[in-house]
Amino acid sequence: MSAVLIIGATSAIAHETARLFAADRASFLLVARNEAKLQANADDLLARGATGMETFILDANDFDRHTAMMEAAERIFPEGIDYALVAYGTLPDQALVEGDAAAAAEAFTTNATSVIAVLTHLASKFEDQKRGAIAVISSVAGDRGRPSNYVYGAAKGAVSLFAQGLRARMAKHNVSVTTIKPGFVDSPMTADVSKNRLFADPADVGARIYKAMKRRQDVVYVPAFWRGVMGVIKAIPERVFKKMDL
Amino acid sequence: MGKPTAASQRAFQSWGRYPKSEPARIVRVQNRLSLPNFEEIGAPVLAYGQGRSYGDVCLNNGGTLLSTSDLDRFIHFDSDTGVLRAEAGTTLAEILLQTVPQGWFLPVSPGTKFVSLGGAVANDIHGKNHHVAGTFGRHVTQFELAQSSGERFVCSPDNNVGLFNATIAGLGLTGLITWVELQMMRIESDQVDLNTTRFRSLDEFLDLSEKANNESPYVVAWIDGLRAEGRGLLVQGDHAPADSDATLPGTQSGRKVRLSAPIDAPSWLLNPLSVRAFNTAYFNKQVARQKQSRIHYDPYFYPLDAVRDWNRGYGKRGLLQYQCVVPFDDSNASVREILGQIAESGAGSFLAVIKTFGDIPSPGLMSFPRPGITLALDFANKGDATICLFHRLDVIVREAGGAVYPAKDACMSGESFRAYFPRWEEFATHIDPSFSSSFWRRVTT
Repeated sequence: MSAVLIIGATSAIAHETARLFAADRASFLLVARNEAKLQANADDLLARGATGMETFILDANDFDRHTAMMEAAERIFPEGIDYALVAYGTLPDQALVEGDAAAAAEAFTTNATSVIAVLTHLASKFEDQKRGAIAVISSVAGDRGRPSNYVYGAAKGAVSLFAQGLRARMAKHNVSVTTIKPGFVDSPMTADVSKNRLFADPADVGARIYKAMKRRQDVVYVPAFWRGVMGVIKAIPERVFKKMDL
Repeated sequence: MGKPTAASQRAFQSWGRYPKSEPARIVRVQNRLSLPNFEEIGAPVLAYGQGRSYGDVCLNNGGTLLSTSDLDRFIHFDSDTGVLRAEAGTTLAEILLQTVPQGWFLPVSPGTKFVSLGGAVANDIHGKNHHVAGTFGRHVTQFELAQSSGERFVCSPDNNVGLFNATIAGLGLTGLITWVELQMMRIESDQVDLNTTRFRSLDEFLDLSEKANNESPYVVAWIDGLRAEGRGLLVQGDHAPADSDATLPGTQSGRKVRLSAPIDAPSWLLNPLSVRAFNTAYFNKQVARQKQSRIHYDPYFYPLDAVRDWNRGYGKRGLLQYQCVVPFDDSNASVREILGQIAESGAGSFLAVIKTFGDIPSPGLMSFPRPGITLALDFANKGDATICLFHRLDVIVREAGGAVYPAKDACMSGESFRAYFPRWEEFATHIDPSFSSSFWRRVTT
């Protein structure tokens, strides 16, 4: 039975991933901000086969509480953590953060700095136990800064780069670090965005994350076509790119 | 949460794809804790689950649909008592996946497992075991209803009884069902034992049916919709007992798990082109008068689920279904007349489903099943020709004191509706003022 830690467990993508681990009869520590929503997801996983269930309430921007979360994980999983997924994030309103320095900094803290802090805690733990799989949800938005969402993109870019370095460090310790780069996902986070055919179903994204963690993959674009799309977008020369409206 | 979104790539049509509908907007209900802001959304609103009803009970043309597909969490399942509570958007398919390995089955199964719990309640669905189990609503122990006033009501046979009885078979008009609790049924294996018998006339069907209803919990028959005399096959079934061939994980310790893959689903059901040839072949396939078999529950209960989007086989204009019930009488002349009209039209599906309903009452004020013979057929939508046929059939059903099933309907007149559902005025007092549907506007204006 696997020990699974999910930080940001009320995210639709994270919950779909967790359902697949629940079907394997995994034992969970779920971490999120909203207690009631977290409990609803915990109950769902229990009915779907989870063999153990603990929850921990955390606002990831409350850095002082990260240690308490790790202590809870130690206590709940004395044998170690098999899978850790860092899944939380917010989609800032680009128009707002462009003119509001405090909002821009806060969006960066939530989506990058706090994620880096959490990953650093996880890295120490996984380095000690010398096994396991860590995954972090980044985004295709982190592959190139675009005028339409560069604050979010910069944060995700930082996460991708951090995870890349961490992956090389942890490889020596038998720990995999998977960077998940979803494209558009039809989830509550994008509730205000008008949808088109490029939007993926959270259940499909969750299935891909589950598989990637099991296979200890490095970088996964979800759906896979985004790897090609971003390859093209990254190849556009800057002098052309800056005149495009992306 | 539950923020409005532009109507996305999802179609939000009904299963029959007729009538076409354009909701003004889609609001996704994310979970049972944070509900949509009804004040901001305005009227009319209607919950939309899986879109598996055929006509317009799930449509709200020009209004707002509250999509419940994200409302799919289990809340609790007690594998000792079989009591299951889940959010209303959870599908029966998801439920079976979790409960069958633990020895529990749905107390009432419709013809597809891809319906939501909320839809099952709102349409008070029935199944092959109506004569022993009644409708789905009879097995609902409680549910929560959220109304546009912002109030939430936990309804059960003992609590908020008026709303309970109005919401079961209430076509989603009493508010948003957020979660449902139901009593599941014990099974010992995932297999079903079947006994198939051929019949050559309606009278023969009725005799066989009466006998089968005493012997088996599941009884249904298929008849040739192109011939008036009522030839067909009657299938009676029961969950197989645990033995060497059929068992479940968790119910028999040390025994080998045997969960067979659902196979042998009849994809031929889908080809409307070879109807007449098919019917003869299907009917004659079974040379022996009787045949016994054992199959997995999935192809038995949900044969069409094996073929995704089979409804699209009927083309752009969509599919119309006609399901009626007429009370028993001495000669069953009305059923004969209905079969005759359909055969004469030549427009009916190759297979019609025929079954007798029992007398177990539903709590639902607007519940469709009542003692008698029920008949269900698919028709390709040929416009006026099909609709005129339905209106002729409605005349017969009305005279016989029967009813047509709203979940399958896109055509009945307001006059027919009021005759079929004499308690509609009592029901209407429980409707949430912000809720409405294309169906409701059609039959009340």
